[in-house]
Amino acid sequence: MIRPILIRGGRVIDPSRRTDGVADVYLADGKVAAVGRNIVGEDGCQVIEAAGKVVTPGLIDLHVHLREPGFEELETVSTGAMAAAAGGFTAVCAMPNTDPPLDNQGAIGFVISQAQKAGKARVYPIGTISLGQKGEQLSEFGELLSAGAVAVSDDGKPIMNSHLMRTALEYAKTFGIPVADHCEEITLAQGGAMHEGIVATRLGLKGIPAAAEEIHVARDCILSELTGGHIHLCHMSTRGSVELIRRAKAKGLHVTAEVTPHHFTLTHDACDGYNTNAKMNPPLREPEDVEAVREALKDGTVDVIATDHAPHHYDAKEREFDDAPNGILGLETAFGLAVTQLVRPGLIALPDLLYRMSTRAAQIFKLPGGTLAVGSHADIAVLDPDVEWTVDPGQFYSKSRNTPFGGRRLFGRAEVTIVRGRVVYDRAAPPGRLS
Amino acid sequence: MSPATLGKDLVGLETLSAAQILLLLDTAERFKEVSERPIKKVPALRGKTIVNLFFEASTRTRISFEFAEKRLSADTVNVASSGSSVSKGETLVDTARNLEAMRIDMVVIRHHASGSAEFLGNRIRSNVINAGDGKHEHPTQGLLDLLTLRDRFGKLEGLKVAICGDVTHSRVARSNIWGLKKLGAEVAVCGPPSLVPREIGQLGVEVMTRIEDAIAWADALNVLRLQLERMTAGFIPSLREYNRVFGVTRERLARAPKDLVIMHPGPMNRGVEIDSDVADGEHSVILPQVTNGVAVRMAALYLLAGGSPDWQHQGGSE
Amino acid sequence: MPSRSTLLDDRAIARALTRMASELVERCHGTADVVLVGIQRRGVELAQRLARLVEAQEGKPLPCGKLDITLYRDDLQAVGARPVIGETDLPFDLDDRTVVIVDDVLYTGRTIRAALDELADFGRPRRILLCVLVDRGGRELPIQPDIVGVRQETAGRDRVDVLVRELDGRDAVELARAEG
Repeated sequence: MIRPILIRGGRVIDPSRRTDGVADVYLADGKVAAVGRNIVGEDGCQVIEAAGKVVTPGLIDLHVHLREPGFEELETVSTGAMAAAAGGFTAVCAMPNTDPPLDNQGAIGFVISQAQKAGKARVYPIGTISLGQKGEQLSEFGELLSAGAVAVSDDGKPIMNSHLMRTALEYAKTFGIPVADHCEEITLAQGGAMHEGIVATRLGLKGIPAAAEEIHVARDCILSELTGGHIHLCHMSTRGSVELIRRAKAKGLHVTAEVTPHHFTLTHDACDGYNTNAKMNPPLREPEDVEAVREALKDGTVDVIATDHAPHHYDAKEREFDDAPNGILGLETAFGLAVTQLVRPGLIALPDLLYRMSTRAAQIFKLPGGTLAVGSHADIAVLDPDVEWTVDPGQFYSKSRNTPFGGRRLFGRAEVTIVRGRVVYDRAAPPGRLS
Repeated sequence: MSPATLGKDLVGLETLSAAQILLLLDTAERFKEVSERPIKKVPALRGKTIVNLFFEASTRTRISFEFAEKRLSADTVNVASSGSSVSKGETLVDTARNLEAMRIDMVVIRHHASGSAEFLGNRIRSNVINAGDGKHEHPTQGLLDLLTLRDRFGKLEGLKVAICGDVTHSRVARSNIWGLKKLGAEVAVCGPPSLVPREIGQLGVEVMTRIEDAIAWADALNVLRLQLERMTAGFIPSLREYNRVFGVTRERLARAPKDLVIMHPGPMNRGVEIDSDVADGEHSVILPQVTNGVAVRMAALYLLAGGSPDWQHQGGSE
Repeated sequence: MPSRSTLLDDRAIARALTRMASELVERCHGTADVVLVGIQRRGVELAQRLARLVEAQEGKPLPCGKLDITLYRDDLQAVGARPVIGETDLPFDLDDRTVVIVDDVLYTGRTIRAALDELADFGRPRRILLCVLVDRGGRELPIQPDIVGVRQETAGRDRVDVLVRELDGRDAVELARAEG
């Protein structure tokens, strides 16, 4: 039996029901048992005093790289799920660009069993669109889903073959799952190390033009219109992409999109001094692009915040910019960056932010969670949106340390994270680092 | 800060002040004479050890640096890594650490990756001189171009210099733009738009797409080398067509309102970006550029040596 | 407070240089094959004045060169920021000439040591003489002047400033004595 938990006196925000007020939340048998005033728990229940804190459905990240199988020196399902919990996430969707890639039942089942063993945040694997992520032949979506996959994607690589993308969208309709695409027109982007702009020109680095993303976004929207399939656009980074999505949504197309914390926080200026921790794909763009993706989060053009959590070994980033790998960690800084960049400046209200980091994410990938409705999963985050802290990569639960945010002052972090009715992270009694 | 200070490394001209660039040029002016002496050698860097670390083949720049080092009495070692990618072997970090352990005073680095000189400079105590990093900068080439123009015109302020050709892939273009702008020259870049970065105007330069316009406007042309692989990469259709549309030819120069000084960083593709009779003509300063190259590099070595590491104070354990 | 006194005023300098010019011609047995080499900075001006004085006395000009010894300094590794390098211009052959090195102040002798090394890289003079306006003592090398304007023993922390019209607007030799 799981010991029931009473979370007392917090500001309870449930974006799924648009409620926001001081209340108690009672969790029993791994479910939300009650939400209301003056709940009295049964004897021996665990009490979490949440006065001054926010109690909300656990955050859900639709886009992480957990590196297992194949790159366990960077991250494992276990360390990634722990990092997620420390960031207030109760569920993450693991991209399939592992080695071997998640293109078969066995690999999907392996990730799920590793996640169960770890017992931290839930991990939902995403299967590949194409076998071996080669962009040639469709993976067996039905098999992948029956093993536990929740979506398909070849993330890390775009689907360049428009015919393949069309058939993927059509075939995915059979199962009602989204096809998540990494939008990058390869022939334009090839060899690029950062955003094509004045900083790349100064640094003498080959740029990736915004057009490389936008052409691909436009094509995917057109194919969604052609097929009626659900296209999910990963990590949108440009003003042009936002405009294309806005138009597609106005037309009623089944298009959803995500943006990362780094794309609403940093510009290509962060690459100055050849800072490899600012190297990502899609690259950090210009101030107008940052402005546009923030606006898109506010008006709902972009549905969710996803981290694109991408662990890399320190010495892989300790090299020439051209040769350094793309990507940064995201799970342990996402909420702080969102509060600091979006909520505190008054752009987005906290309940709306939590909607985009939890409820909306659950909706578009059809995941449980994202709600405090009685009887739903007891996946809860207790957050302190007001606490100021300094990012110290040395304290991360992730195995890797690659972040451009080290030393940055942020507002807002997770205090307690509960998954399946159990506390998996408590800042007051932090668990040791896993390996 | 004393005016005679460059800092630890010479990575590019972007980060130097006008005063620092002038210090380099004025010091180079003195070193010109050393190369004319019966014994072309002074003891200024006696006892200093310098590694010429060339990850990219470059006979001309390496020899120029080597002459500069030897004329200052430094001890030099040449390390040439022919492999185009360090990922095949030792990483640049490891190379840096090994040099550090050997107590090298200075490293001259040529590397295919932009930013590699700064990367190295940030990781070792030795002075680092950038001898060309990817498409980023080639500061000593920029300085020798400045010195050659100053020799010819007496000053750089108000001078109109057009940098012609493949600007996108050129570290020489970037160093020239920074240096010329800081010393008050007017700069234009001219080339096919497929070889000129869209944002280059933000650096304060004119952008021209017709070589005739550049010739009509400029006091001096710096003609960039066209890498032959630009053709196969789809930036231009053919060398023949490039010469026809963008080549610096005698016929085009004959229509200029005044005689233009012609520079080229070398090695030249005669008959492509520049015609032989222009390269060998009376207004070409291509060979004085080479002569000035040694003086400029002596100046850089001499001035940086002032900020050398003092190994004895580090209590080295190796 | 450091005390400051004038060792030579403009008229005293003129008298000293006139005497030094005569002595120079005497020591060199005339002006044949004699060249003057001024050490940057103020040695250059003094050499030019001596050349004019010799010309006035003998009716023949003496060739005059400039030598910057910065690159031959033995303390170059120790000094931090690089010293500015002056012009070196020896517009004559040194072989078998009598070279008169002209400098403003002779102190440790290290500048002259550097100048001798540098001259050796330019040629092989028959004879080298040293001519200084002020010998302030304090030698660290076995080097002695042949022709001297004024001798004045000083302490290590004292400063001897030679001012010349061409650079400083007036002629003077001043001694700044450190306290104690």
